[in-house]
Formats: sequence, C-alpha cells, structure tokens
Amino acid sequence: MTWTALSALMSHWRRHPLQLILMILGLALATALWTGVQAINAEARAAYDKAATVLGGEGVNRLEASTAPLTMQDFARLRRAGWPASPVIEGRDRTLGLRVLGVDPLTLPQTAVPAGMPGVGAGDLADFLAGKLGYASPQSVGVAVPGVVLKPLPDLPPGLVLVDIGLGAQLLGVDQQISALLMDSVADLPGPIPAGMVLKRGGAELGLSRLTDSFHLNLTAFGFLAFVVGIFIVHATAGLAFEHRRPVFRTLRAIGLSSRLLAVLVMVEMLVLALIAGALGVGLGYLVAGALLPDVAATLDGLYGASVPGSLSLRPGWVLAGMGMAVVGTGVAAGGGLWQVWHLPPLETARPQAWAKARARMDRVQAGAGLALLAVAGGTLLVGHGLYAGFAVLAGLLLGAALVLPWVLARTLRSIARRARPGLAQWFWADARAELPGLRLALMALLLALAANVGVGTMVGSFRATFTGWLDQRMAAELYLNAESQDQAARMQDWLAPRVDAVLPVTLVERDLLGQPGRIYGVVDHATYRDHWPMLEQVPGVWDLLHQGKGVLVNEQAARRSGLALGDPLALPGGEVPVIGIYSDYGNPEPQAILGIAAFQARFPEAKALRFALRLPPEAVAGLSADLTRTFDLPPEAISDQATIKAFSLQVFERTFAVTGALNVLTLAVAAVALLASLLTLSGLRLPGLAPVWALGVTQGRLAGLEFARSVVLALLTAVLALPLGLMLAWVLLAVVNVEAFGWRLPMQVFPMDLVWLFGMALATGALAAAWPAVQLYRRRPTDLLRVFASAR
Amino acid sequence: MGGMDVLKIEALGKAYATAEGRVEVLRGVSLALAKGESLALTGESGSGKSTLLHLVAGLDRFDAGEIWLDGVAMSGLSDAGRAAVRRDRIGLVFQQFNLIPSLDVGANLAFQARLCGRHDPDWTRELAEALDIAGLLQRYPEALSGGQQQRVAIGRALAARPGLILADEPTGNLDEAAADRVMALMLGLVAKTRASLLMVTHSERLAGRLDRRVHLSAGRVSG
Repeated sequence: MTWTALSALMSHWRRHPLQLILMILGLALATALWTGVQAINAEARAAYDKAATVLGGEGVNRLEASTAPLTMQDFARLRRAGWPASPVIEGRDRTLGLRVLGVDPLTLPQTAVPAGMPGVGAGDLADFLAGKLGYASPQSVGVAVPGVVLKPLPDLPPGLVLVDIGLGAQLLGVDQQISALLMDSVADLPGPIPAGMVLKRGGAELGLSRLTDSFHLNLTAFGFLAFVVGIFIVHATAGLAFEHRRPVFRTLRAIGLSSRLLAVLVMVEMLVLALIAGALGVGLGYLVAGALLPDVAATLDGLYGASVPGSLSLRPGWVLAGMGMAVVGTGVAAGGGLWQVWHLPPLETARPQAWAKARARMDRVQAGAGLALLAVAGGTLLVGHGLYAGFAVLAGLLLGAALVLPWVLARTLRSIARRARPGLAQWFWADARAELPGLRLALMALLLALAANVGVGTMVGSFRATFTGWLDQRMAAELYLNAESQDQAARMQDWLAPRVDAVLPVTLVERDLLGQPGRIYGVVDHATYRDHWPMLEQVPGVWDLLHQGKGVLVNEQAARRSGLALGDPLALPGGEVPVIGIYSDYGNPEPQAILGIAAFQARFPEAKALRFALRLPPEAVAGLSADLTRTFDLPPEAISDQATIKAFSLQVFERTFAVTGALNVLTLAVAAVALLASLLTLSGLRLPGLAPVWALGVTQGRLAGLEFARSVVLALLTAVLALPLGLMLAWVLLAVVNVEAFGWRLPMQVFPMDLVWLFGMALATGALAAAWPAVQLYRRRPTDLLRVFASAR
Repeated sequence: MGGMDVLKIEALGKAYATAEGRVEVLRGVSLALAKGESLALTGESGSGKSTLLHLVAGLDRFDAGEIWLDGVAMSGLSDAGRAAVRRDRIGLVFQQFNLIPSLDVGANLAFQARLCGRHDPDWTRELAEALDIAGLLQRYPEALSGGQQQRVAIGRALAARPGLILADEPTGNLDEAAADRVMALMLGLVAKTRASLLMVTHSERLAGRLDRRVHLSAGRVSG
C-alpha cells in the first residue's frame, strides 16, 4: 500500500513537470548562492588559518607590546632574565607585494618551526642566517627577492616569505624594532609579564582574521538573503503542489491511509527532491564561487592585505552544509503544507474554504510577526552595538517588511479598486487583489531583492562619490616619486628644487598603533596639506599646533576603533600627544597618525624619507617624469602620477564591490524566477476567473494584455515599497554596518537615476516573469477556456 | 434569412479531434429564433446542446454551415468581432453561474452593461429588486447561496438589454423549488425586455414553459 500511495503522490509531478522543474530550480538556485558564498568564505578562512599557524598556532604564545614598540633590547633583556623568548618581525613589503616574516631560527621554539624548515645544524641554516635563503609557499617561490633564493615550503600561505630576522628588518625598513616575542606555550613563565607587554595565548585570533570577519559576514548575509529569496520559490511551488493534490490526499485518507503515513510519504518525497536539488545547487555553487573568487581575492588583498588563492578547492564542509541547507530549506518551505496534511481531518482536506481560512489566519499572523520584527529592528537600532547588532537590524527590517508586504499590497489594491472606474478597470484592480495570495511569496522575494539593490546601490554610490572627492583632496600632489636610497633621495631633492613648485617628503614608520600594526607619518608645513587634507574634525589652528609639535592627527578608523576624540591623548613612542584632528582615510584598514616633521624626526630619527610628493603645474608632469627617468635611470614604478594612482585606487574600489554587485544581480534573478514560477503555476488556476470575462466579450488578446499589465503593476507597487525600505537599508549599511566593519562613516547620498533604474529593474522583472504566462493565455485554444464551463457540469 | 429572426442557424457542423479519432458533435443542425421567442434545446448528454450554444455565443468556431445573429454571419467575424457580438448582443447564463469572484454583487450585475457602454443604473436597480438581490449588492459571490448567485448571473445577462439570452442549464445546480422561482423570474424579465431566449435544459418540465422546443440527438435535430 505504501508504494502504491507514494506512486499516486509522485504521479502529480509527472502531470505537472513545470512545477517539478521550478521547485528543483528554486531550491538549486537558493542552495547555489548560499554554497557559493560559503565556499568563498571557507577558502579565505583556510588561507587565514594557514597564515595563523605558520608559527605554531596553539603551540606558541606571543608577548606583544602594550605601549611602546618592542625592540631587540627587550629581547636581550628577557633572555638574560631566563625567558625562552624568540624575536619575530612581521610586516608587508609594499615594493615586493609580500608579507615578510622574519624569525631567529636559533631561538625559535620547536613548536613554532614550520614543517620542512631546517633546524639548528641543518646544511641550509647558514645560508638562512646569512640572509641568502628564504622560504615561501610553492605558489610564491617565483617572486624575486633581491639576493635571496626562495625554497618552497607547503605549510606557508601564499604571499608570505619566511626569512631570517635580520633580512626581515632590512626588507621592512626597520632597525631595532620587533613585532613580538614567541614562547613555547607549555613552558612556564619565569616571572610576571614585564610592564609594557601583554601575553597572547596560542590559538588566539589573529588580526587578519578579525579584520576580514566583517567582510565575510557581509558575504554570508548576502548569501543568506539569496537563500531566503530562493526558499520563497520553493515555498510557492510546494504550496501550489499541496493545493493541487488536495483531492489526492482526501482519496488516500478515505481509502485507509493514516495521516501519519501520508505525512511520512510526503516527507520522503520532499527529502528526495531536496537531495536532488541540493546536489545540483552545490554544483552550481561551485561554479558561482569559482567565478567570484578572483574578485574576492583581489578585494581582500586590496582592503586588508590578505592573500587568498584565486582558485577554489572542493571542501567537504561547504558541500555538506549546502546539502543540509537544501534539506532544511525544503523543510521550512513545505512545513506549513505538511502540517496541514497531518492535522486536517480527511474531509476537511478537500474543502478549499478550510484551507483558505487557515491561510487567512496565517496571513494575519504573518503581518503581526512582520510588525513585531520591524519593532525589534527599531529597538536594536536604538540600543544595540556592534556588527552583529547591525546585521540584526538589517534582517529585522528586511524580513519584517517582507512579511507585512501582502497586507500592505492588499490594502492598497482594495483602495485603488474602490476608486477605479466601474467595469473592466475595477475588475482589473479587484482581480489583482484576488491574485495576491498566489503571488505573495514571489512578491516578497522581489521586495527583498529590490530593497537589497537600492540599499547596496545607494551605499556603493555614496561611497563612490565620497571616495572620489576624498581622492581629489588626498592626492593633491601631481607626481609621486620613490628613491632607492637616501643618497639618491638627496640628489633628487637638489635636482628637483629649481624645477618644481614644492618637494614634499613623505616620511613614515610602520609601528603598532593602538594595539594594531599601523603607520605614523611626518609631514612638512605646506599649503598642500593645509588646503586639501580631508579633515573630519579639527581643533582651531590645527596645522599650526601640529607643526609646533603640540598634537597629532589620526585617521577616522583609528579614532572610531579606540573611541578617540579631539583632545584625547594618543600613546606614541617618545610620549603621549593630544589628538588635534581626525581625517578620513577610506580603503585603509590600518590605524594611521600624522605628526609635524620636527616632532616626527625627534621621535623616529631612524626614519628615512625615500618618497616625495611633488607640486608642479599639471602640464609639466609628463616632461618632468621623462627628465627624472632619464637623469636618475629610474624604473617605471619609481614615478606615479596623480591620475594613475587615482585610477588604481578607483579600480581597487570597484573590485571591492564587484562581488556584492554580482550577488545583488543574482538575487534579483532568483526573484524573477520566483515570480515566473508563481505566475506559471497560477495560470492554470486562474482560468475559471478569466473565462467568464472572456465569455462576456473581452478578447483573449486584451485579457492577456491585462494579465501582463497586472503582474507589471504588482511588481511596480512592490518597487514603490522597496524604495523606502532600500533607503533605510542603505542608511543602516552606511551608518551602522560600515562603521563597525571598516571603521569609517560615509555621508549618505541619494541618486535619483539609481531609483529610476530600480523602477526599470522592477518593470523588467515583472515584464520578464509575466510575458510567458500572458503569451500562453493569448495562445490558449478557446476549447481550454470553454472547458471551464463544461467542467462545471 | 427571415426578416424577424434574431438567430438563424443553417446546416451547422462541428467536430473535435480526440485520441480515438474525429468526433462529430453537430451534424447539419438548422433552426431559427424569432424576436421575443423562447426556445428550449433538449437532448441527452453529449448530444451537442452546449456545443451549439457555445457556437452561437461565438465562444468557439464551427466547421460547416452558418449562424446569423441579427442578420450578421458569424463565420465572417474575427475573434474581436465575435467578442464584440457577445458583449453587445448576447446575455449568457451558465449552469455554474460563473460570476467574477473578485467583484461584489453590484459590480458583477453591472459588469457586462458597463463593458458595452449601456449601463443604466435605474434598470440595474429595477433588475436587482425584481431578482430580490437588492440587499446583497455589497456582498461577494462566495457569500451567496446557489440560487442567489444564479439570480445575479441572470441579472448580469439582462442588464445590457441584449437581444438574445443564451442559457446553459441555468437551474441545473438548484433544487426544484429554487429552480422554479429562478425560471419564473428569468422568463418574466426576458418577456419584459422583448429578448429572445435559447435555453439548454435536461428538464422536460422547464422546457415545457418555453414557447418552443427542439430536441437534439447525436448532433442532429430530431424533433
């Protein structure tokens, strides 16, 4: 009996292959976008883990500076006091584009030695200590480090070179400074932790992972949004399949099938579909991730300096998670129908009004839940803190608005229908309202996709406008020049003095700032800074105070992360200085500070000025570049003009948002499929409502046109509601999420053309989804419409 | 055709292609209906009664013969032309009422009259009172009984004062008492508007209340 009943249930899909295709497609698309994002995150996290465990991971503790930077003298002092510490220097060599890790192999704890690296006594050790040998991942051994032979070490992450600490200091341009002291985590501490230092236990989160968490959370949020949109398709299709099969359920119950067995059979059927669609979705997700990963890798490199391989590996974690999400998604989407199959009495199952009443109750509950979610979002906005609170606000806003949408649309359509001219126009609006229950899930999906498009579009647009203006201010100099040595730098300055309006040395040191790797600059007193520097907050006479050594400027992210305000002291080597200005510094994850050149040189006498910003008339740039190259025999990378730097910065910016843009478009595509799925499955159910109108003298062509217009109007009404929701979303992204994730806040700007674009997209989505069902109606044979009257008998 | 005939059908033929082959539903049916006359079309299930009604209404195309409606040959009309005939000249009443579920009773009642631009509020009100549905105008079809729904359908068919009423088993879904009441109302109003009535019915009793009766058997007029 079980098999007979199951085959009776499954026969529905044979008779309605389109429903089957849409159900599997919806679930596969939902799973694909989710899995794609998870695959990207898994790849990136694996790269961070590799980076984090280069020097032993959990087996190694780190002593780090809490105030002044650590130096080799600190190392020597601790060793003399019996601490089994080993110095390490870390940083990024901007010229080579590599992360440099310098270690002392003679003192390195055994647990910190990467597998394959020669220990004390090995033949290669002498070359390593002499700075002639280094190690890199097999992908990075091709990078040219002058005078150094790189050997492959599979345990190293891509983009990192492991060298002796002496060579590391040389590559990073530091002298006595070190980043941390490593110790075996099982070794007892010989005494209390020295003043000015903190102990970080092995396995503690590395800065890189912490920095990029917000980016991955962003991706996950988008992946989840796409998944939710996809689940709407499955819910719509599964719901229709349940409604279509009401007579079958009734018959099966009537011939003696228990409600429990019937529910189990439906569950088995859904599970089989979920597994098929899940497998398809995981495969599609792999393709999506493969297509997006190069952009993600570029973004992570550009934003955080994190090296992630551009190619994808198949990892069991996200494959299984994808299949699991497909099954869970199907359970959520089909749960309501299943509950009804299980709990409604046999005769009740066949009475449409019982189902309709149950659905009406659900709609009211849904609208109430939506309002509650909106209230929770508002409350979280007022009292919540942190990135997760930001995402909770976003989730509450989106889901709340989606749940309230059917109620709002129904009220709107009823109000329009009341005011419409009686006759065909009134029928058009009244029927649109009657069609709502069948389309509500698809329209909710469309609302989410459109709002996400407005929100992210407005955020990116605001960011682009601010970033472009900021670049103009920040990159005020016409030409930037890199010298190879101090000697060359001095000769260049002499040569340039009579040829340009000003030579502005760019002097900097890389130091820990507010507990993170950062940079400190020294600037000369010049109108270029006074007139152009993008200050967000400043005390009166900020530039005079700066050059009198009475204050320091910090970038916005440093100020926000550490809660620094004007007047607060900032701990720097050589003593605290009050913050007298905060400037915007978009696209930079690191904290940064600026001192007047005299104060800077007093604190960092070892810093070398090898970089210069040159002021000269724009028309003289090309000629001067050529003269400089010829005179000093400079390589092309030694000179950058303003336009090139701006173009590069904008390119990094565009790539940063390429992934969210792609996910946005994919989400909208999924919503279009949801709408198409609902319209196609509804087209058969709507015939009894349309046939009388046709019989009363409205042509099939006109009916098809009205059906098309109705779907487009519903999409546009949804877009009207998506607009304020999207703008709210943008505000939360700019004022809450970005501030938490990146450390900067951008002014929100609304772009009317983007909003026109939104309506265009809604129109296109509605039109694309409605076109085929309308054509089908137009082409339908009159006998199909007549059957409505015949089947009444 | 005769000058007084609202409807004239000559040698009408219609066949359908089915999996078992071609099935001839109507084989050379001829009949005429004069202005103000009522005609009952009776016959067994499958005799072609409803098909004939659908062809007269222009809901389907015939294969042979001709139908003239107020002297206009239906075979020469396009889809839009046939829709216009239905809209302007015919009132249709179906067994299952086929009201528009998204419109209230008032809007349903006036729907076709508004479509063809002949909405007369006084006449519609008079119809509603005559059909005893004046108190139901704000309700939706789902909230009405079968008899009430059929009275709305009859009102809708008469609201534009068409020349021809086509009714397909209009009381087939009602009990005997309700059927008699609905029938009496319909015949009274048809007479009042001087419309002609072509009604498909199984019921000998109801057929007897009309002016004439034509019996169809296996697609042919047999009596």
